[in-house]
Amino acid sequence: MPRIFVCVKQALDVAELKIDSATRRPIIAGVPRKISDFDKNAIEEGVRIKEKIGGEVTILTVGLEEAKTTLREALAMGADKAYLISDLAFEDSDTLAVSYILAEAVKKLGEFDLIICGEGSIDSFSAQVGPRLAERLGIPQITYARKVRLEGDRVVAERSLEDCYETVRAKTPVLLAVTGEINEPRIPSLMAIMKASKKEIVIWKAEDLKISEEKVGKTGSGIEVMDVLAPKMERKQIEIKAETVEEIAENLVKALIKEGVIAR
Amino acid sequence: MSEHRGVWVFSENKELLLELLGQGSELAKKLQTEVTAVALGSGAGSQANDLVAHGANKVFVVDHPILEKIHADPYVSALFTLVNKYKPEILLIGSTRRGKEIGSRLAAKLEIGCVSDCSELEIDDKGQLLMRRVVYGGNAIATETCLTKPQMATVPPRTFEKLEPKERKGEVVKADVKVEEPRTEIIETKEIEAATVKLEEAKVIIACGRGVEKKEDIKIFEELADILSGQVGYTRPLCEDRRWYTEWIGLSGHYVKPALYIAAGISGVIQHIAGIRDSQIIVAINKDPEAPIFEIADYKIVDDIYQVVPALSAALKKLKK
Repeated sequence: MPRIFVCVKQALDVAELKIDSATRRPIIAGVPRKISDFDKNAIEEGVRIKEKIGGEVTILTVGLEEAKTTLREALAMGADKAYLISDLAFEDSDTLAVSYILAEAVKKLGEFDLIICGEGSIDSFSAQVGPRLAERLGIPQITYARKVRLEGDRVVAERSLEDCYETVRAKTPVLLAVTGEINEPRIPSLMAIMKASKKEIVIWKAEDLKISEEKVGKTGSGIEVMDVLAPKMERKQIEIKAETVEEIAENLVKALIKEGVIAR
Repeated sequence: MSEHRGVWVFSENKELLLELLGQGSELAKKLQTEVTAVALGSGAGSQANDLVAHGANKVFVVDHPILEKIHADPYVSALFTLVNKYKPEILLIGSTRRGKEIGSRLAAKLEIGCVSDCSELEIDDKGQLLMRRVVYGGNAIATETCLTKPQMATVPPRTFEKLEPKERKGEVVKADVKVEEPRTEIIETKEIEAATVKLEEAKVIIACGRGVEKKEDIKIFEELADILSGQVGYTRPLCEDRRWYTEWIGLSGHYVKPALYIAAGISGVIQHIAGIRDSQIIVAINKDPEAPIFEIADYKIVDDIYQVVPALSAALKKLKK
């Protein structure tokens, strides 16, 4: 019976992000957080494997106290256990530091068959934590997986690459990073949500994992963010109006020829 | 700290490697150092002259049968050995999907930071590499620096220009490094049709959004694309919600920069806009005058795509006669 870990991130809901028009800076305060889209696919895939062949699905997240809501959601989707790895010292950790924290948590949890992650997070989308975690744990990875099946102690996954679909096989333990194509995440029923609210969420702090503070947070990160600004978008904003669509079409064609973007 | 020297570039994608060399040469010039390309593969030596012609001062070639197929383990092990031995100041890796996993794993092995998918690279007055990338689902651009060495970034295809090939001098070094066996095995490869792959190279794109009601209606847009020698593209809802196609334009999909982008029936969520921002001219056609796509359009037509697009095809046909 496979033991499956799913790593999730409670990300900024970027669709709700507003920009301060004076400074062009995004206003982060007050932006709701939600479970990152592809991480839902990761949870769903873990739960589907469990439903098919048995096993246990454990959710891990590194985040703030409020990430508990994300873990509750994952439990309602069918996960069995949830761990919130949270410490003030973790603030401003980059992928280097977060993958170290996750690796220590995974080591403490012991043996496993699969780790499933989403291909990237909706807010920063660097798509690094999965492969970095695999490297730290010394296991192979299969990224951009769009189909997955377990065959005994082998994982077979179809990867979605730019020029091809590539079917890859590897012996467990394996880390999988899944794409949004892989499944349609379920919406948990009210019953499932009620049941999940009774499940325990374990909280681990830095000391529980014997994490050295210089390897996390700002000091443990390899990247420093200097500035974040909304891009300038200056467009002509010319509305083409006319009595008939034929005239509209002709006027647009004229304009585009003038722009030199279509040949006459 | 300053034992790190030189700019290194690597991609398993040959075209992208040349683009990285183009940008790498520029960075190297500013730092008064050299640019080195790493060529990995079975028979990788055949690339070396081309890499020199495109600006490489030095080429490290690791020619090994294990590298014939692209697996993370052998590629990461070869790169790790070289980087660890020669200690470049800057390391650029091509951000294909394969390159991303190779880059991330390599960064983890080197225990360094890495900035993903950079759209701009610049050397500041202290000689530090500034990297810019899109964050928050296309809402913002972050400027980041590395606190570790080598300063490492991944760069998507078609971000930078390659240099004109010409006779240049460069040293080709056959590197004898240990290459690890892969722990993954490729059991099948299915090619994806070339047409969908070439979206990034299209000069004209007609992009279809939710405003297109039925899949068979796409032919209206294909006709316009044919007349303009362009390509048809799709938004994420047409792919993920309606499952008509698998490849979309926008964040997490294709980044495009055509001369002409015609958005038909596209509302213009920020994630979509992030993928089309560098288009030269954007035309938006949408019934809804409030659609956010109009805010980033050069030419706006508030009307029915089923009326305007065929009229546009007709007007262009008339022109060609």
